[in-house]
Amino acid sequence: MNLSLMKRTFQEIRKNHIAYLLALPAVIYTFIFGYLTLPYILISFQKFNYKLGIWKSPFIGLDNFEFFFMSDRAWQVTFNTIRLNFLFIVVGTAAALLLAILFNELKGRRFSRIMQSTILFPHFLSWVIVSYVLYSFFASNYGLLNQTLDWLGLPQENWYSEPRYWVSILVSVNVWKEVGISLVIYLAAIAGIDNSLYEAATIDGANRRQQIRYITLPLLMPTVTILSLLALGKIMYGSFDMIYAIIKDNGLLYPTVDVIDTYVFRSLRTIGNPAQAMAVGLYQSIVGFILVFGVNLIVRKVSPDNSLF
Amino acid sequence: MRTYKPFDVFNKTFISILALLCTLPLLLVLIVSITDERSIQSRGYSFFPDQWSFDAYRMLFSGSSPLLQSYIVSITVTVVGTLLAVMITSMAGYTLAARHVRYRNGLAMFFFVTMVFNTGLVPWYMISTKLGLQNNIWALIIPSLVFNPFNLFLARNYMKQIPESLIEAAKMDGANDAFIAFRIFFPLSLPVLATITLFYGIGYWNNWFNAIMLVDTPNLYPLQYLLFKLNSEISMIQQMQSTTASLSTSLLPTESIKMATAIVTIGPIVLFYPFLQRYFIKGLLIGSVKE
Repeated sequence: MNLSLMKRTFQEIRKNHIAYLLALPAVIYTFIFGYLTLPYILISFQKFNYKLGIWKSPFIGLDNFEFFFMSDRAWQVTFNTIRLNFLFIVVGTAAALLLAILFNELKGRRFSRIMQSTILFPHFLSWVIVSYVLYSFFASNYGLLNQTLDWLGLPQENWYSEPRYWVSILVSVNVWKEVGISLVIYLAAIAGIDNSLYEAATIDGANRRQQIRYITLPLLMPTVTILSLLALGKIMYGSFDMIYAIIKDNGLLYPTVDVIDTYVFRSLRTIGNPAQAMAVGLYQSIVGFILVFGVNLIVRKVSPDNSLF
Repeated sequence: MRTYKPFDVFNKTFISILALLCTLPLLLVLIVSITDERSIQSRGYSFFPDQWSFDAYRMLFSGSSPLLQSYIVSITVTVVGTLLAVMITSMAGYTLAARHVRYRNGLAMFFFVTMVFNTGLVPWYMISTKLGLQNNIWALIIPSLVFNPFNLFLARNYMKQIPESLIEAAKMDGANDAFIAFRIFFPLSLPVLATITLFYGIGYWNNWFNAIMLVDTPNLYPLQYLLFKLNSEISMIQQMQSTTASLSTSLLPTESIKMATAIVTIGPIVLFYPFLQRYFIKGLLIGSVKE
């Protein structure tokens, strides 16, 4: 950095010092919780010891990574994270699209608004609350489902110990909780479609179904693509809140629903090995970053306005 | 379009059923919370219990139950945290939006990088504990909650639409940036400020992650975390009972008390919902438009 640039920087900061001061709390916060976290990446290559800290703990090369990738858990949690997120995207998008089209056909605006508010409501609940909702259905002793099965004379099921059900349960409950958001966004996109297209189509004799098929759906596709791509960029990040609130430490269900984030949490808090937790976290960050970057390249091609950077 | 009558009826019915599916599960939680414990033991959770009882609520609101303490923690954390967060975010939003600030884009980059590359749980935990953010109320307010770059960009994008000439005119009259931000920009940005207030407020109210990571003294449990613990630790409920003598039955309402706590936790959200959804939808729509 040469002298005149430093001088210019200094002058600019002096001139607008109050404006920069306004940003200072956010800058300090981001510096501490963003940039100062970077040195901690080092501990994934160490046999970490709290007393010695990140600068003095002995280095052990790639042992922490080896431990993770040599275990069958690495594949399992990665697969679970990606499978769950992928299903959330696909099923969630399909459900929201269908709903948006049905809502758009509604005649009464008041009715439509009330129904939208109702479907949006679960979004505002925490996953802990949702775990109670699920519990009231699936609890083995008093749960509504087992009571109903019993009443029908069918055998009861121990839901919380059968991993094979939980992918579908989590996908359904995720749609239940989050479909309202995509619905609102899609409805806004539909509202933005030029009305003259529909008028022209009506004059040409197109019926409602044809209008949906040839106008609404194609014009919604950019929005759908963007939202799905952005979600795809985050496919390596499982929802800790969701999984841990619902599954807790129920090891029986790990085979299908344990995700990277819960695995990292346990390595850190239950097993108490921060170095291994950091190694897995780093693997997640790097793959996650590559995905976000790649997805962004695609989005920039498809629709520059919606790209992240 | 009159010809599509049957479809309209079907459509309305179908959507009503879906909306019902969104509310019925919560109704079940509500009904269980006012079901008599014996009724649960004999017939399980049911929409049509044999006998009603408000014992669970009586127990929850008795003087020494942990619920009241958790309510105080949650409200404090939500109010203080949201105020701080909105201040920090909107002030920085002004700096990034003001065109006379030369390094605004460099600053924006500085914030943006942390959004894309996230080092995850371990460094976050270690820095928080190192700063003494553990087992105190600030641990529930500061780490990962008090500032969110996404909200910052939301605020900036909105404030960018405010004409620069306002700043120039104010400067001419001798106003400084702080005055312009607080007296001119913020009042003109009320819709977006309401939206980020709401995002932060919901974030704080529903947060239990900070508690599970950084707090282990029960009198600092926020509501959500108390609720989380309640389902796995019966001992917490038994402890409640030992301090409550005024129950009509000797039977401990273990099941209904869990559901009653859940209902009490949802309460404020239901109360604020008309406001919530209005600004939430606005925010979603502002947020989906970049620059």
